[in-house]
Order: sequence, then C-alpha cells, then structure tokens
Amino acid sequence: MLLSLNSFLILGAVLFCIGLFGALSKRNAVSVLMGIEIMLNAVNITLVAFASSSTGTAHGARLTGQIFAIFIITVAAAEAAVALAMIIAIYRRRNSVDVSEINMMKW
Amino acid sequence: MDLASISFLILAAILVGSALAVVLMKNIVRAALFLAALFGAASGIYVLLNADFIAIVQILVYAGAVTILILFSIMLTQNPNSQSSNPGNHQWFIAAIVAAGLCAAIVFSFAQNSAIANGAGNAVTAASTNNTVVIGNLLYSPTTYSYVLPFEIASLVLLVAIVGAIVIGRED
Repeated sequence: MLLSLNSFLILGAVLFCIGLFGALSKRNAVSVLMGIEIMLNAVNITLVAFASSSTGTAHGARLTGQIFAIFIITVAAAEAAVALAMIIAIYRRRNSVDVSEINMMKW
Repeated sequence: MDLASISFLILAAILVGSALAVVLMKNIVRAALFLAALFGAASGIYVLLNADFIAIVQILVYAGAVTILILFSIMLTQNPNSQSSNPGNHQWFIAAIVAAGLCAAIVFSFAQNSAIANGAGNAVTAASTNNTVVIGNLLYSPTTYSYVLPFEIASLVLLVAIVGAIVIGRED
C-alpha cells in the first residue's frame, strides 16, 4: 500500500533528517538556512498528510493540519527574510558568512 | 500500480535526491537551484494529498520568494577567495550520525505504532469539496471553530519581520 499515511510520514522523516544534517554540517550560513528550509518543508508534508488522512467530523477539523501548514509557511517566510538580512549585515561588517568564525556572542 | 502511486514514487525520488544534492553540493548556487526543485516537488506531493491551496502557496512563497531571497543573499555574500563556496565543518561526521539515528528512531516509532503501521485511513482520499473554500472559512469567519486570532497574529509577525529585515539589513 504505497499511498498510505505511512509512506508520506516516512518521506517527511527522511527529508527532515537530510535537512538536519545540512543544518548541522555546513559552514556557510546560507547553507544552514537552506537546511532549515528543508526541515520546515518536511514538517509541512507530515502535517498535510495527517490532515488528509484525518477522519474528524467537526466543522473544518479535517483541515486543521493544512491550516497549521499555512502558518508554518508564513513564519518560515518571515524567518528567512530576517535571517538573510542578518547574514548580509554580518557579511558587511566581517566580510565572511562562515558560522564558525561568527563568535561575537561567545564567551 | 495506479497513476497516483507512480507519481508519488517519482515525486519522492525527486524530493530525496534534490535534498541530498542541496546538502552535498560543493557549489552553493547549484544547491540553491536544487532547493527550488525540492520546493516544486513538495508542491506536487501536496497536490497528491488533495491540498490544492497549500500547493499553490508553496509555489508562490517557497519556489518564488524564498528561493529568490536565498539566491540574492548568496549573490551579496559571495566570497571570491574561497575555493568551494559551500564547505562542510569539522563536525559533519557527528552530524551524519545524529541525523541517521534520528531518522532510524522516527521510522522505528512509526513501525511500533500499530495505528499508523496498519495504514489507518488511506492518506489520499477522494477529492470531496473545494479545500480552498473551507480554508477561507476557517481563517476568516469568526465562528466558534476558526483561526481568526492566529491569522491576525501571523500578519503582525510578518509586519515585524518586514520592519526588522529593513532595520537589520540597511547600511548605517
């Protein structure tokens, strides 16, 4: 049964772990952000899969997962804009986007 | 094997392959372009799950806006000295172990959960009604079961993000 809930959940889990590896193992700050975007997409796939397999009967209860996905997309867009502005500001000041060199707040 | 299963397999292959390409590519511009392919394939998965509105929003916001943002910030932060623009750090081995372990744990817990393992409900149900209408009612109509307040808070979050991005990113 290929189109069961299980296969979508496993796809989301695999994508999430690939994104986690990217976010943890990169030195370029933009790459770290791309890994985080992959993770957010994996969570969205999981939520929409749960929404479309839900059997809730209350008004609109079947679509709660999709509403959550919309809010995740909104927050992810805001997060990407602020994070990229911060990366550009750091680059302007230090001429580098290497996250292992950005240690201003480390003690 | 019906058409939906075949398209799921193709979309899943594109998703996992382009995610691996994003993570493993040495050239960061190519990684960003594979990220756009990943967003498009995820939109296909949403179509497969009868979430047509999410699919369109995914194309608009992710494949359109976020990819352009990432490409612009790559362009503005290009370091001509570095040989490879997308280097890994010294803890990549630990990161690989952590990611593989987490993936194994999640898949194992799916296998343990009998409700999910027995395929509780076909994920792809027949398209009954127009999802967009129901989502619009849920987001905008102030009934007992709606998301009007989170929607307004989300608009506030977007406003703060716009102002914050301008303030942080401007030259001083």
